[in-house]
Amino acid sequence: MPGKATVAAALAAVALASTAACGGDGGDEASAEGASGGTLTVYSGREEEIVEPLFEMFEEETGIDVEVRFGDSAELAATLAEEGGASPADVFFAQDPGSLGAVEEAGLLGELPDDVLERVDERFRDPDGHWVGTSGRARVVAYNTETLAEDDLPASIVEFTDPEWRGRIGFPPTNASFQAFVTAMRLTEGDAATREWLEGIRANEPKLYESNTPTVEAVASGEVDVGFVNHYYLYIVKEEQPDAPVANHYLESGDPGALVSVAGVGVLAGAENETEAERFVDFLLSEEGQRFYAEAAEEAEYPLIEGVEPREGLPPLADLEGPDIELDDLGAELERTLEMLNEVGFTT
Amino acid sequence: MIDGAATRAGAGHVRRPPLLLGGAAVAVVALVTLPLAYLVARAAGGGADAWSVLARARLLELVGQTVLLVAVVTGAAVAVGVPLAWLVARTDLPARRFWAVAAALPLVVPSYVAALVLLAAFGPRGLLQQVLEGPFGVERVPEIYGFPGAALALTLSTYPYVYLLTVAALRDLDPALEEASRSLGRPHLETFRRVTFPVLRPSVGAGALLVALYTLSDFGAVSLMQYGSLTRAVYLQYRSLFDRTPAAVLALVLVLLTCLVLVLEAFARGRARYHRSAPGAARTPPRIALGRWRWPALAFCGAVVGVGLAVPLVVVGYWLERAVSLGEGVEAAWGAALNSVFASGLAAAAAVLAALPVGLLAARHPSRPARILERAAFSANALPGIVVALALVFFAAGYATPVYQTLALLVFAYVVRFLPQALAGTSSAFARVSPHLEEAARGLGRTPRRAFLSVTVPLSAPGLMAGAALVFLSTMKELPATLLLRPIGFETLATEVWTATTVAAYSQAALPALLLIVFSAPFVYLLVTRGNVEVDAPG
Repeated sequence: MPGKATVAAALAAVALASTAACGGDGGDEASAEGASGGTLTVYSGREEEIVEPLFEMFEEETGIDVEVRFGDSAELAATLAEEGGASPADVFFAQDPGSLGAVEEAGLLGELPDDVLERVDERFRDPDGHWVGTSGRARVVAYNTETLAEDDLPASIVEFTDPEWRGRIGFPPTNASFQAFVTAMRLTEGDAATREWLEGIRANEPKLYESNTPTVEAVASGEVDVGFVNHYYLYIVKEEQPDAPVANHYLESGDPGALVSVAGVGVLAGAENETEAERFVDFLLSEEGQRFYAEAAEEAEYPLIEGVEPREGLPPLADLEGPDIELDDLGAELERTLEMLNEVGFTT
Repeated sequence: MIDGAATRAGAGHVRRPPLLLGGAAVAVVALVTLPLAYLVARAAGGGADAWSVLARARLLELVGQTVLLVAVVTGAAVAVGVPLAWLVARTDLPARRFWAVAAALPLVVPSYVAALVLLAAFGPRGLLQQVLEGPFGVERVPEIYGFPGAALALTLSTYPYVYLLTVAALRDLDPALEEASRSLGRPHLETFRRVTFPVLRPSVGAGALLVALYTLSDFGAVSLMQYGSLTRAVYLQYRSLFDRTPAAVLALVLVLLTCLVLVLEAFARGRARYHRSAPGAARTPPRIALGRWRWPALAFCGAVVGVGLAVPLVVVGYWLERAVSLGEGVEAAWGAALNSVFASGLAAAAAVLAALPVGLLAARHPSRPARILERAAFSANALPGIVVALALVFFAAGYATPVYQTLALLVFAYVVRFLPQALAGTSSAFARVSPHLEEAARGLGRTPRRAFLSVTVPLSAPGLMAGAALVFLSTMKELPATLLLRPIGFETLATEVWTATTVAAYSQAALPALLLIVFSAPFVYLLVTRGNVEVDAPG
């Protein structure tokens, strides 16, 4: 007899306490924000340390309370696929077109309004209008300037399988931008060559990192000599340690390792907070949202709308030439890329 | 005569427990075994692609690396814990009261905090590197990532289990056994080997089993050290593939390995029993004079306690000071601490409430089904946290969407993981309250429910509280389930340490790590002074 009562009481207590906790949080903030409030749930494959200010700017401007789940882009894409229609997410803010494309392939992204899409060059958005690029980036090789001169570095990423690089390479295998580069290599060089390259890199005993920033930090500290990363992480590390001996090496035009890509955003089909979600996308592609990439101290991504210039000192986006692929093609190939990275042993 | 009659009356209850109590106990056990059942179903439904993960050469490597780590950590924990226990309990080691407590204290450091400390001290951008770089120009310190770091972190956070159990056994040991051996002319060392150690074996074995299970299911230390053991592989597999069924298959391999350890242990323990045939002399054995051996003995104790306790405190203190002097915000840690305390409080309450029917059934209506239920509830303790977390993510995203990503589901995961700890407290508490007291109350006109509430509950309260305290502490330290199941934006001390350590932001990890140590300290102190050890869950 007490058994049933206590179990019931336990369940009730847990349920009450948790709703009280969640409701309490939401309620306080909503009332503080006044009538303009509302909530928005974002799955962000972009790192907290980089995009947190953007969320804050948006919250301040609109009074919308943003809840963010951070993770790797591919991991969140898989989570969205697993959750299906039951996902609490309204917006997927991803680090690469591959994970956005994969979610689109699963039929989970709604269409974005034309006036938002048209702000961005065609090559940086989905032709079907399910996702749009929000900032541009180039793949580079970050190198330690104390142990290497730029002349010591090869012109192509392919050459890093040479045994002279044994124990000197670092990269983040679960990072979406790295995965996008591998997909680009598969699309231009073929699966067999890519697999051979990955195995060659593995034979060189690379150090694996959680994300791009620790990779560049490791290059700066001399833990490794080169890192396969996006161009702007250099500025994050330089902001904290201005004298860090690290620089970016841009590979030759057309090389898979010189991929020019975007971070982007899509709204989930049937998002509970669709209006807020569209406001968020609109904000990311507004002048204010785009100036962030040029003006924030540690930022150096390329703004994608007209009239907002990138940070000074960067090579113009138009001059950068990656491999000849469509960003839209990355999505359908992501799953195979993940499997290949898994089979080669970088993610187990 | 009277007593015998009462027992026969009690036997009537044994045959027929109240339906509601039995039902509640069955419901609780069904709920906590649900995750494993679902995981099996998911893996079984995965098809050939998912199972092909088993055919890969990499699987052998993963199992090999896991077994190697378990073997080395268990061996090292015994090699450290048993000599420490012997020195403290049986010799004239100087300041042995101090060492007796200090040697157990590394228990306050969860394995992933130990890993954080090792990385922040000896890692590529750690304290040692910074100290050496300036005056000595040393640019690289020896590699700590991988096996050495994982083995060291786990040994330091697990050897106290062996130590505490061995001390307890040494204190119970009848000195007459050793005296007989000595009087037959055997030297100290041989006496220890041939007489003392065999009697200690069950306790050392129990400690070693705890260490092996802890190491097998540890997720935090191996992940932060990037060592390729199975728990980390399950997590990576889960994160890095679209098809998540291979992660479920790998998780089952881990469960299988856990079962294997339990079977091996039962086999190794065999049927050997050591009994006193008579009460024996109730006296403490004379302490062995260490003589000039006291200096190496002191150095040994100092080294273990230094690395296990002093280094963590110094390193965390250093990074905390840096965080404060650099003006980095440490406020996030306070919010995380509140979340941790809140979630752990809920988990403790829920686990004890869930343990009540199972414990009550086992204590008041002992029968074969009741024993099986209790066993089943206890078996969840051997289930690695990452397995529970994975199963619940799958289940909730598919079939229980209203609770998906809510605090309720997270608390449920904690209950699944830590019900055995609550049960340990509850069962022993009820066992100590004589049913005659309740019967007396009923004889005086109380209803069964009122008799239970006014007699049994107050008398068993200390045991229930002890169970709740254990669950509270374990939940504070829990990492893998928290990582996978927490609601959006819900940061705890454990996740703060995790997030900051993965990106080598040691100054941000310092305060949460210190708070975890501080919260654990009183519990561990109670554990040490009371001299009883419960199964503790790894982070």
